[in-house]
Amino acid sequence: MANKIWVCIDQFKGEALVTSWEAVGTGRKLADEVGAGLTALVFGEGVENIANTAIHYGADEVLLADDPTLADFRPEPYAALLAKLAEDGSPDVILFPTTTRGRELAGMASVDLNTGVLPDVIELDVQGDKVTAIRPVYAGKLLARTECSSKPQLVTLRVRAFGMPELNESRTGTVTKVDALMAEDEIVTKVVEYATVGAGVSLTDASIIVSGGRGTSNRPQLIPPDEITDEKEQEIWRAQQGFKLIGELASLLGAAVGASRAAVDANYIPYSAQVGQTGKVVAPDLYIACGISGAIQHQAGMRTSKVIVAINKDPDAPIFKLARYGVVGDLHDIVPALTEALEDRLSY
Amino acid sequence: MKIVVRIKLVPDTAAKVVVEDGQVTWGDAPLVINPWDEFAVEAALQLTEQHGGEVIALSVGEESSREALKHALAMGCNEAILVSDYVIDPDTQRTAKVLAAAVEKIGDVDLVIFGKQSIDGDNAVTGTQTARNLGWPSLTLVSAVPALDVDAKTIRIERAVEEGRQVVDGVLPAVLSIVKDYGEPRYPSFIGIRKASKAEIPVWSLEDLGIELPNVVVSWSEIMNPPQREVTNEIVQGDSVEETAAALADKLFAEKVL
Ligand SMILES: Cc1cc2nc3c(=O)[nH]c(=O)nc-3n(C[C@H](O)[C@H](O)[C@H](O)COP(=O)(O)OP(=O)(O)OC[C@H]3O[C@@H](n4cnc5c(N)ncnc54)[C@H](O)[C@@H]3O)c2cc1C
Ligand SMILES: Nc1ncnc2c1ncn2[C@@H]1O[C@H](COP(=O)(O)O)[C@@H](O)[C@H]1O
Repeated sequence: MANKIWVCIDQFKGEALVTSWEAVGTGRKLADEVGAGLTALVFGEGVENIANTAIHYGADEVLLADDPTLADFRPEPYAALLAKLAEDGSPDVILFPTTTRGRELAGMASVDLNTGVLPDVIELDVQGDKVTAIRPVYAGKLLARTECSSKPQLVTLRVRAFGMPELNESRTGTVTKVDALMAEDEIVTKVVEYATVGAGVSLTDASIIVSGGRGTSNRPQLIPPDEITDEKEQEIWRAQQGFKLIGELASLLGAAVGASRAAVDANYIPYSAQVGQTGKVVAPDLYIACGISGAIQHQAGMRTSKVIVAINKDPDAPIFKLARYGVVGDLHDIVPALTEALEDRLSY
Repeated sequence: MKIVVRIKLVPDTAAKVVVEDGQVTWGDAPLVINPWDEFAVEAALQLTEQHGGEVIALSVGEESSREALKHALAMGCNEAILVSDYVIDPDTQRTAKVLAAAVEKIGDVDLVIFGKQSIDGDNAVTGTQTARNLGWPSLTLVSAVPALDVDAKTIRIERAVEEGRQVVDGVLPAVLSIVKDYGEPRYPSFIGIRKASKAEIPVWSLEDLGIELPNVVVSWSEIMNPPQREVTNEIVQGDSVEETAAALADKLFAEKVL
């Protein structure tokens, strides 16, 4: 009997993203609840080891397409292959992690399979062959219960919303090799170049985030070097001193660095760090907001963090209403002191 | 070159959106152009400034969507079209089919440009679905278009993805979605606003598009306010910065989040 629950593994350069295992774990739970088997799909080049790990995390079967045309994710060849496999295997549900690749693959495959996508869900229930999902909408201001009336039901799972399964290296399963569907000369997009950004922790995966806002530049007693004469440049220089302190705290904690839009717009830090409604939506265990007022659009990106800490000069800043712990003061004083205090405690 | 840019009307980002008696409301907060779509308009305008051509703003939605289209016209779009006898619902695939049909009716389109996502539905899949319905490549999260040759029908884009920056070559016609790195959207000019207020915005029905309304596949069976998060706010204070920091550090250890 074909397995009714499928999971697409997201990998980058031959390494599976951790959130792919969250999806495998969720798939395993759904499969157990309805008494079905779980199939994981691994597409890429040189990804055989991922297939084995998928089994160790809970898959019964892996469909493995290992081919140079699939080395870099491109939606067309991936979606064509997924759609073909799904037509043959007719799963009830296909899960994806909500990464950019997961969303694109689900979106494209939904057209080929004439079905719909339930994107970015945070809770999932299954009854028989039907799933019901809960997902944040209106930037998390509301929740929607959502369903898809046709099959397969394509669901993307929000990163970190579902727990990690346990790795069991004695679990066994079957790996079935499948061929890519499109030849290179049929694929109209070519990946020319990749410039990966630094080794830093990615915001969406991070369990701790330290973020800075406009307050990072507000330290008049810091005197910029003489060659920086432009007022705007001086402000950026001051902000960089603030972000340096934030970076030191983050690196001690293995945390990612985030920012408010005001900090991004003022060129203190690249846009990739922006948290909020028009930036990244994150939900770490610990979010430390430094010199951020807590505008509603910023809250939309971090409100569901487990523990929020606010460091701000202004005792009336809205961020304090969200914060489990608040410190009223200058981040340029508090952040390095906190780094030091944590260093002492983490060193033994 | 003919570019179609997708525009959606949404409640302002600062709106307090709540569910009352099972209905979504945002009080008297204004409806505005989806902020991500402003970046899409900016990209479309820059591309036609560099390579020639026209920009057509297209929205699917109720009559009120005119407001968002007018904003796009005021920014500098040449034309606007409203597809209006289908009320948008959570089924992005359905919206994508309508959008694709409208692009086909417009005809000879080289690029269709989307915003990254809509801030009400937060789906970020409509663009890709539209591309697939059209049979065109989908190039999402575009931060720059370093090369475009309309005659040779080639395009090179840069995208901002999780792991960094990726450069991808594709062919025209294509569907793009735009992220903020592309550049700050311009403000509507005074002349633009005057022109927009007088502009005729044709309204197309599904019949005009020659399609029947696709079936609903994805639905929201319930919409609710998120559970209230009870946070106890505690201000941590000490006699010195060091003491305050030490007290905070102890509390974070006690929370077991480190
Ligand atoms: C369409 C739209 C989308 C938006 N999307 C986003 C988004 O995705 N993300 C986002 O963050 N914002 C977003 N915004 C912007 C948002 O409304 C706020 O303007 C922004 O979040 C403010 O950033 P901030 O808190 O850093 O700056 P401010 O509001 O200026 O706050 C700075 C804070 O720092 C404190 N401070 C100053 N100096 C110090 C110091 N030395 N030590 C400690 N504290 C200090 C101040 O008391 C103040 O509270 C959006 C706005 C719009 C209109
Ligand atoms: N009804 C609509 N009319 C026009 N454009 C739309 C519509 N719905 C979505 N879009 C476009 O699709 C993008 C992604 O929307 P979504 O997939 O809903 O997050 C938006 O930024 C818009 O550019």
